[in-house]
Amino acid sequence: MKADKVVKSTCPYCGVGCQVLLNVKEDRIFRVDAPFDEAPNFGRLCVKGRFGTDYVHHSGRLKTPLIRKTPQSPGNRTRADSLEDWREASWDEAMEMVVTRLLDLRWRYGADSITTNVCAKATNEDNYLMMKYFRSIIGTNNVDHCTRLCHAGSVAALQLAINSSAMSNSIAEMKDLECFIITGSNTADNHPVISTFLKQAITQNGAKLIVIDPRRTEMCEFAELHLQQNPETDTALFNAMAHVVVKEKLYDKEFVEERTEGFSDYIKSLEEKTPEWAERITGVPADGIRQAARMYANAKAAAIYWGMGISQSVHGTDNALTLINLALLCGQIGRPGTGLNPLRGQNNVQGCSDSGGMPNVYTAYQKLTEPAIRQKFEKAWHSSLPTEPGLTTTEMVDEILTGSVKGWYVMGENPLMSEPNLNHARQAVEQLEFYVAQDIFFNETNVYADVILPSAAFAEKEGTFTNSDRRVQRVRQAINPPGEARPDWMIVREIAKRTLNAISREADKHPDAPTRELDRTIQRNAEKMLANWDYSHPNEIWDEMRAVTDPFFGITYERLEKEGGVHWPCPSLEHPGSPYLFEDDFPSGRGKFFTVEYTNDSEMVDEEYPLFLSTGRLLYHWHGGTMTRASSLDQIWPECTVEMHPNDAAKYNFEMGDWVDVSSRRGIITARLLVTKRSPEGAIFIPFHFAEAAANTLTNNLIDPRAKIPDYKICAVKVVPAESVPTHREGSHIPLEDRGAIKDTVPG
Amino acid sequence: MKNSVTLTIDSQNVTVPEGTSIADAAESIGIKIPTICYHPSLTPPAICRVCTVEVEGQRTLQPACVVPVGEGMHVKTDTDRVKTARKVILELLASTVNLEEAPEIQEQIDETGADTERFEGGVKRHFEVKEDNPFYIRDYAQCIMCWRCIQVCADDVQNTYALTWGKRGLESHVATFLDEAMPNTTCVFCGNCVGICPTGALKGLIEYRSEQKKEQE
Repeated sequence: MKADKVVKSTCPYCGVGCQVLLNVKEDRIFRVDAPFDEAPNFGRLCVKGRFGTDYVHHSGRLKTPLIRKTPQSPGNRTRADSLEDWREASWDEAMEMVVTRLLDLRWRYGADSITTNVCAKATNEDNYLMMKYFRSIIGTNNVDHCTRLCHAGSVAALQLAINSSAMSNSIAEMKDLECFIITGSNTADNHPVISTFLKQAITQNGAKLIVIDPRRTEMCEFAELHLQQNPETDTALFNAMAHVVVKEKLYDKEFVEERTEGFSDYIKSLEEKTPEWAERITGVPADGIRQAARMYANAKAAAIYWGMGISQSVHGTDNALTLINLALLCGQIGRPGTGLNPLRGQNNVQGCSDSGGMPNVYTAYQKLTEPAIRQKFEKAWHSSLPTEPGLTTTEMVDEILTGSVKGWYVMGENPLMSEPNLNHARQAVEQLEFYVAQDIFFNETNVYADVILPSAAFAEKEGTFTNSDRRVQRVRQAINPPGEARPDWMIVREIAKRTLNAISREADKHPDAPTRELDRTIQRNAEKMLANWDYSHPNEIWDEMRAVTDPFFGITYERLEKEGGVHWPCPSLEHPGSPYLFEDDFPSGRGKFFTVEYTNDSEMVDEEYPLFLSTGRLLYHWHGGTMTRASSLDQIWPECTVEMHPNDAAKYNFEMGDWVDVSSRRGIITARLLVTKRSPEGAIFIPFHFAEAAANTLTNNLIDPRAKIPDYKICAVKVVPAESVPTHREGSHIPLEDRGAIKDTVPG
Repeated sequence: MKNSVTLTIDSQNVTVPEGTSIADAAESIGIKIPTICYHPSLTPPAICRVCTVEVEGQRTLQPACVVPVGEGMHVKTDTDRVKTARKVILELLASTVNLEEAPEIQEQIDETGADTERFEGGVKRHFEVKEDNPFYIRDYAQCIMCWRCIQVCADDVQNTYALTWGKRGLESHVATFLDEAMPNTTCVFCGNCVGICPTGALKGLIEYRSEQKKEQE
């Protein structure tokens, strides 16, 4: 079929940031290709990028602003799943309602009674505007997003040790790797295109791979060594590897001397952490630990790639610190083919964080507690800014329950699928006084909202995404949004202008409001602020952002047009961008070693709940399922599956496809059993994509004290035959093993 | 640093690193040699032979996509012998395969003046369209057996090895192991084969269905 037009854009799924060619005919995308000569994917795509973007044409797309028919009150907030529960409203009415209700809360309870979730699926420009709106007009730093639930542990650790928060090396270097560790990442399923480059490094260049993971993921089939540690024992294992490196004097003395600090305390702390000690904790043979340590330390260049298995833990920060220690010790950073590389999940989770979508920082991690930085933003935004960091998403849930948070503005995101301990999170959402959602579909969370504003999907708007290796790339409009849906940046722009006008007009009626001082500033500066919010294209938003953000200053839309993408930091227009970081020094100057002790704080198995549960993703679905379950992808894996090792299945007398009830201390779900050696004995795995059997009903809302990230990868559960079998979804009558999705079937 | 090699292509001198293919050497001086099976991101398989050139002193025509340059080599890319070979290759292809959805090959047919009806009446390759998974179809009546899909699925890109070669002679075709349906193979449905197919043999299901709908209308 001949396309009316072919539009180059960036894939909306994972952090690889694949460049896609959207082939459009009669305003519909009928084919997705990839340019062969462009980074980062060089013509490669995975099933989601190539065949899974048809959700944009799904009939369930939101087309007009919707307002709840029955007014909601705190504590009695209900779920409104049916269109019957909503009435269509004009943009005018819906936006006026949002502004009035938000300002009402703000004037009564103060700015900190309102929080926002910005969105790792939306563009840098969308996110920048939303956080700017919250900080400079609402007057709170309560801005956070799903990075909290994702790489918060990695970011916290990287900031502590080297004051950075991104992958240090680029995807393009992968094909030349010599030795690399993959830990806590199911790369072939979750970063499929990256995995093809990693596999090629192995099959064509002879690179050596060490997989360190409790699960036997597909990458293990390409690995020289698989260390299968017990769940949540990562720090013991990495400390023991460091012990070997120190004892056998394999560390990089020059690097340690010139570029690190805290070495002597650190090596003292390693003294007792022998491989034999670690074997008792991790279950990994001491010799395997020795071998891995030698391979990593002795390689001329070696890299570490990690995912949620490291970060999503009550020890997320500690886990990542032990990896950073290892890299500093062996000098495996600051050169091509080395580095510390957290593989980011969402297409724009890097960018959403870079754009200031976190409660303690502005763009590019500029700390809002530093007066000089705050003043720079006050000047740029013509407002006065709050001085204290705001709430994280995980803290927000609890603060709603204590009554200090009343209002919630959510752009994208689906927290009632992605937060841990969903029953607890749902109770919080029910307590809200006002909740506005901005989304492309109904989802499990926004059905609790008062107002839903329909937004444009990735193919319907302009902007930029920043992928996992810090490459800023363009998002381009290929089709029109459905109905009256609008790009997020446009919605936020209008809401902001209306809020400014309402404050100018009405703030004097609220002389005792806690926001009085800010209101006065806004009244004084209203004209300048309104002019400042008068964006006509995301290009102008980006230009404002780069003007206040040195590492982005050299990146312009013109350059992106010419070069395809630029890796930040890029401080000047002449700067080529930075595919790898830390050649000469760290942002912190010297890299700091951190002593990490193994502790055991997660929920442990016992007689009643004898199995560990880990959660994660499948190749064929995305996070809360909002997109993929409305796409062709749902046909191949239309239901939740519970992965169990064949020995456990035999022990409990289960077979492939059996319906089971899985319960934890927090909830219960029903799903079918997938018998596979991918999961180790004693631990099951459940993907969190399926609303009808939401894995996060079971997970624990225990959080890492520093990063505030939940313990998604471990909790105690029991599995029993299902009491009743749920109605089949379309396609789920086909036996699991005949659907073509499961490539590692082990007979039960 | 590799040693460099000097040769002539169509009487022009060219110096390139040792190991460069004749096709790449030609491209470096602006001589475009037509290709079908060759793709820059794959190992050249030298199957279609449309890139064929004459090398002085060699008895047979040489596939420029794989033959490396040699010191003092004299290559001719537009002799009558070369032109005839290319034309006949395209005429033979057209006699058995449906090339309607292969725009690049159509262009070459126009350029060479190949007579697509020259071998009319020969046996046409006939295959039912295989629609066995939620993502793409395989219409081997349009397949020219260029090998690209097999390579992209194997170690050139995906390391999945779902595709192979089935049968022999006129019946030979791209196949899965024992001709199993795609869901029963190692396929992970990345569709990198669909993206690299030069004809309409591999096509996304959404595109295929909308074409069918259009035909019915």
